[in-house]
Amino acid sequence: MTTTTLTTMTSAGLRDRRRNALREGWLIAGRDVLHWIREPWGLVFGLAFNIMLILMFGFLFGGAIEVPGGGGYIAFLLPGMFALTMLFGLESTVTAMADDAKRGVTDRFRSLPLSSASVALGRAIADLAGSALNLAVLMLGGLLIGWRPTTGPAEIVLGVVLLLWLRFALLWLGIFLGLSFRGTGATTAVQVLVWPIGFLSTVFVSAETMPGWLGSIAQWNPVSATATAARELFGNPTGTTGGWLADNAVLAASVWPLVITLAFLPLAASAYRRLRR
Amino acid sequence: MTQTPPSPPAPPAALDAVGLRKRFGATSALDGFDLRIPRGTVHGLLGPNGAGKTTAVRCLATLTELDDGSASIDGIDVRRHPAAVRERIGLVGQTHAVDEALTARQNLMLFARLSGLSKPRAVRRSDQLLATFSLTDVAARPVSGFSGGMRRRLDIAASLVLRPAVLFLDEPTTGLDPRGRATVWQAVREVAAAGTTVLLTTQYLDEADQLADRVSVMNQGKIVAEGSPAELKRRLGGDRVAAVLADPDRLREAAGVIARAAGAEASVDPDTRSVTVEVDDGSRALAPIVRALDAEHLAVDDLTLRRPTLDEVFLHLTGDAGDASELHAELEVR
Ligand SMILES: Nc1ncnc2c1ncn2[C@@H]1O[C@H](COP(=O)(O)OP(=O)(O)OP(=O)(O)O)[C@@H](O)[C@H]1O
Ligand SMILES: [Mg+2]
Repeated sequence: MTTTTLTTMTSAGLRDRRRNALREGWLIAGRDVLHWIREPWGLVFGLAFNIMLILMFGFLFGGAIEVPGGGGYIAFLLPGMFALTMLFGLESTVTAMADDAKRGVTDRFRSLPLSSASVALGRAIADLAGSALNLAVLMLGGLLIGWRPTTGPAEIVLGVVLLLWLRFALLWLGIFLGLSFRGTGATTAVQVLVWPIGFLSTVFVSAETMPGWLGSIAQWNPVSATATAARELFGNPTGTTGGWLADNAVLAASVWPLVITLAFLPLAASAYRRLRR
Repeated sequence: MTQTPPSPPAPPAALDAVGLRKRFGATSALDGFDLRIPRGTVHGLLGPNGAGKTTAVRCLATLTELDDGSASIDGIDVRRHPAAVRERIGLVGQTHAVDEALTARQNLMLFARLSGLSKPRAVRRSDQLLATFSLTDVAARPVSGFSGGMRRRLDIAASLVLRPAVLFLDEPTTGLDPRGRATVWQAVREVAAAGTTVLLTTQYLDEADQLADRVSVMNQGKIVAEGSPAELKRRLGGDRVAAVLADPDRLREAAGVIARAAGAEASVDPDTRSVTVEVDDGSRALAPIVRALDAEHLAVDDLTLRRPTLDEVFLHLTGDAGDASELHAELEVR
C-alpha cells in the first residue's frame, strides 16, 4: 500500500467541475445503463410481458371485441398498450428509489457534495430512457403484427411526446412513493395498483362498451386520455363516437400529466428532504 | 467557496460537537452529546447497540438534521453550511453503500465523477485508490462476488475520492471474519497515516484498542467516559492478580489468604476456580501473595498479573447502565 495517494489536502480545491445538477443526474442515470447491461433480464421480461399482453388481447380476445366507431382491434389496442407501458413504468421508479434508499446508496449520494436535484434527475433520465426504449420495441413489434400509424411525422412525434409526458409525470409519483414507503412493500402495492388503474381505462376496450358509471371513470382516467390522444395522433381508431374526451383528447393528454406533476413533484421533493429527519 | 466563513487564526479541531440532541419520537438518540477530535487523530466511539453511535455519525455527516446543539467539521458549521461540510467528509455507513451490480472500478469512477473530477482525473484517482486498498486485481469484477472485507475496503476507497479532512466509519468491521477485519484495519491505518482524521464507531474494544488514539464510550445518547485506551483501563483501578486454585474446595480459604496478603478485597469465581484481587502495583503485590499461598499449602494451577482489559472498562461503564449512580461517578471522573 502506498501512503501518497491518500495525502490529505483541502478537498475543495480538488474538484475540476462545479456542482451541476444536469451533469450529476446524467452520471447517476449512467449507473442504470450499466445495470441494464449487466442484468438485462428485468428489461427483457418487462418487454416480453407487454408483448404477451398484446398477443393475448390482440389475438385471443381481439376477435370478440368490437371497436365502436369501427376499425381493427390491433390498431385500436396498440396505442393503448403504449400508454399502459408508461403506467407500468411507475413500478420500476418505485422499486429503484426504495432499493437505493434501503441499501444506503441514497445516503452515499446525499453525503457527496451534489446538487439537491441530482438524485431525482438521475432517476428521471434513466426511467425516461428505459420507457422510451420499451416504447420503441413495442412500436416495432406492433408494426410486425399489422399496426400502422397513418398520419404525418409531426403527429406521430407529438403522439410519442405525449406518451413520454405521461411517463414523466408518473416519475414524481413513483419517486414520492418509493421514498415514502421504503421497505414497506411499496413495490408490491404499486404492482397491484397499476392493474385496476390500467383496466379501468380505455386501453383494452372502449368506454362506450362499459356500463355508464364505469365508462365515466374510464374516461377520466389519465391513461385513457393519453391512449385516446395517441390513437388520434397515430390515425388509429379511437373507439369513441363522441363525447368530451373524443373531442379534446390531445388537450386532456397534455393537462393530466401536468396536474400529476404539479401535485407530486413538490411531494417528491419534500419526501427527499424528509430523509434528513 | 463563498459560503465558507473566514477561518479563525488557530486551526480549528477536525471535529467539534457540543450538546447535540436528536429525538426520534419518544426515543432520545442523542442527549447532550459532546465530542472534540484534534486533527490527524483516530477517535474511537464505543457503545452498545442503540447507544446512538450511528445517529451521531449521521448528524455530523449532514445526513440527519440535529434538533439542538452545534457541530463543526474543520471549523465549518454542520447545520449552517452542510454543502461545504460535504466537500470535506467521507462517510462509510453501517450498510454497504456500493453498487452490487457494478464493478469495483465502475463504482469508484461513478463516485469520483460525481464528486466533480473530470474523466481523466477520475480514472487516475480510481486506479490509485484500487492500488492503495489492494483491489487492483479484482477491479473489473462485479461487487456482488466480493467478500465482506473487499466490499468494506471498496466502500472506504469510495469515500476517500476527494481526500476528505474527516472520514466517518460506522462499524467498519461488523460481520467480517478475522482476515477481513485485519485488512480493513490495515486500510484504516493507511488512511490515518496520511493525516486524515478518522471517527470510527465500533462495538469491539480490541478494534478501538488497535486503531484509536482516543476513545469515547457512549451510552444512551451521551459520552460517559473519554480518554486514551490506556487511561480508560487505568480508570478502573490498578492491576489484577488472578490465581487459579488446584483444589476448588479451598477457594474461600484462598480468597481470605490472598486478600490479607494483598491488603485488598478478593473476588471468587467458582466457574473458573479463580480468585482475583485488584492491587495498585501488581509487581509488588505478587511476591507476598505467592509466599502466603505457599505457607498455607494452597496449590495453584495458574497465577497471572494483568491490566484491566477494555472489555472490563466497557462493561463497567455501559453494562450496569441500570445503575445510574455508577454512571454519575464515572462522569465525575472525566
Ligand atoms: N430513523 C429512526 N427512527 C426512529 N428511531 C431511530 C432512528 N434511528 C435511530 N433510532 C433509535 O435511536 C437510538 C439510537 O440508535 P443508533 O442507531 O444511533 O444506535 P447505534 O449505537 O448506532 O446502535 P447499533 O450498535 O445497533 O448500530 C435507538 O434506540 C434507535 O432505535
Ligand atoms: Mg449503528
